[in-house]
Amino acid sequence: MLDPKASAHGNLASSRIDLQLIANRVEPGTKVLDIGCGDGVLLDLLVTDRQVDARGLELSQKGVNACVARGLSVVQGNADTDLSYYPDNGFDTVILSQTLQATQKPLEVLSEMARIGERLIVSIPNFGHWRVRLDLLLNGRMPVTGALAASWYETANIHLCTLRDFTDLVDQIGLRVESCITLSKGRARELSGKPRARDNLLAQQGVFVLRRG
Amino acid sequence: MSQPVSEAPTKTDLGETVLFKGAALKLDCGAALQDVEIAFRTYGQLNAEKSNAILICHALTMDQHVASENPLSGKPGWWIDLIGAGKVIDTDRYFVICSNVIGGCAGSTGPQSQKPDGSGPYGTDFPVLTIGDMVRAQALLVDHFGIDSLFCVLGGSMGGMQTLEWAASHPERVFSAVPIAASTRHSSQNIAFHEVGRQAIIADPHYLGGKYYETDERPRKGLGVARMAAHITYLSETTLQQKFGRNLQDREAVSYGFDADFQIESYLRHQGMTFVERFDANSYLYITRAMDYFDIAADHGGNLAAAFEGTKTRFCVVSFTSDWLFPTSESVQTVRALNAAGANVSFVEIESDKGHDAFLLDEPEMHATLDGFLKSAAQARGLPIKQTEGQDA
Repeated sequence: MLDPKASAHGNLASSRIDLQLIANRVEPGTKVLDIGCGDGVLLDLLVTDRQVDARGLELSQKGVNACVARGLSVVQGNADTDLSYYPDNGFDTVILSQTLQATQKPLEVLSEMARIGERLIVSIPNFGHWRVRLDLLLNGRMPVTGALAASWYETANIHLCTLRDFTDLVDQIGLRVESCITLSKGRARELSGKPRARDNLLAQQGVFVLRRG
Repeated sequence: MSQPVSEAPTKTDLGETVLFKGAALKLDCGAALQDVEIAFRTYGQLNAEKSNAILICHALTMDQHVASENPLSGKPGWWIDLIGAGKVIDTDRYFVICSNVIGGCAGSTGPQSQKPDGSGPYGTDFPVLTIGDMVRAQALLVDHFGIDSLFCVLGGSMGGMQTLEWAASHPERVFSAVPIAASTRHSSQNIAFHEVGRQAIIADPHYLGGKYYETDERPRKGLGVARMAAHITYLSETTLQQKFGRNLQDREAVSYGFDADFQIESYLRHQGMTFVERFDANSYLYITRAMDYFDIAADHGGNLAAAFEGTKTRFCVVSFTSDWLFPTSESVQTVRALNAAGANVSFVEIESDKGHDAFLLDEPEMHATLDGFLKSAAQARGLPIKQTEGQDA
């Protein structure tokens, strides 16, 4: 989350509340690819709670090994380079949670996701949150927050954006926002369409359900 | 081809063997092999549904004694760390089969075997084999047990090649597949090392064009050199450096001669010398050739993904960071093709400095990977955690 006062080591329930929200938006029994699946928390949720045929792609070998050791189908790979090896429409839903900002080419990654699956679920930290804006305004330095705790020169998050930036990109690619959930202080708000200016100011995270066409 | 008829297995010093008498096993080279005999070992009990069988495929110089003492060498099973009661491949839960490949020299039909017409051993009259032929022979054994679908096919190195071949050519018979430190094709560098080994054997004056069985001599020098060259490829530079460095063997200074001055020389000579006691030179030629010919994509119009199109098999591909014989890049190619085919695939690269041989060693991370994968696959297969009482091995 983008709350500068939040702990960098908050427990899972509060720090990755987006995962449960994502899992709830996956149809049971479908085929799902989770890109940047980490140590497999979401995949585990999908397999056990939603009986989903879930596959994962993860950059860190440590994460991959942890996933496979807990019985999940995960391969080591890079979202920027390895999505091209997946077939068209190979999955019902393709998930990218809190990973887009760490990719080299977010536009290409989203386009590839839309080729692989008709339905995408993407969660992003919102760099338009008022605390981030205020932090930059008052201190004149790149905001360092709980969820984005690294300094600008060592952060893996190289492509941060606001909710509005994100929906602009979604439009550019020709994807439709089916729904959006904004998260603030652990509270979720479901929006029927795109987030508005107020949401862009108040949300710490956004979880988007996107569709082709 | 009419199916060869299997005779009742015979217990021998080398474990059990089964003879498939009658119709011949058709080979990729066009020839057919009569009266195929397969030497094998099993561990655990096959369940009533015949759904808990794991086929272990062995590497180039291994044999069927995967989880029990080799009766000839007295050495423990080569994967004893992995397979047994309560181990990762739990013989209280699974029925484990391991057979000597055809072309081998541990009891299955190979160049040492007598020709069916009684005119002596095959020698180099033995037909050239492929990995596909080895798998076809294993399928006879699986049929012999009445098993339609194997719960898992698992193997390292050449065993991994057989695993991939099983998945490509018999997808409906393979519920899950674990190719370890393997590839879907033998690389140019690997063919090169094999060629060095073969030429060393052929150049040995005792090789006699492969007809050495009638003499008291064996092409020991040639086979020993082949093993020395190959053995280097199984290790890593780090291992060699750490284990031997430039240490001298039982001497204070170099001898200014061609004795084994260095420990690494002495070690390799020992490896070569002990290998010739347990392996047949012709088998070495035939099996290395089978590996060289291996190229799954070539059998599918150059498209590797096409070989696995529509597969329902669950895959777990494993490689090791310091393996330069079957490097991770080879496994990545396999994984990409499997992903393109929409397969259910896991891929783990294990951090190890032990080179290609790491797959045979006690690598905790590999064991954790296999444990997680097999348990998850067993759940998907509906296998009970343990077999019912009384069925335990």
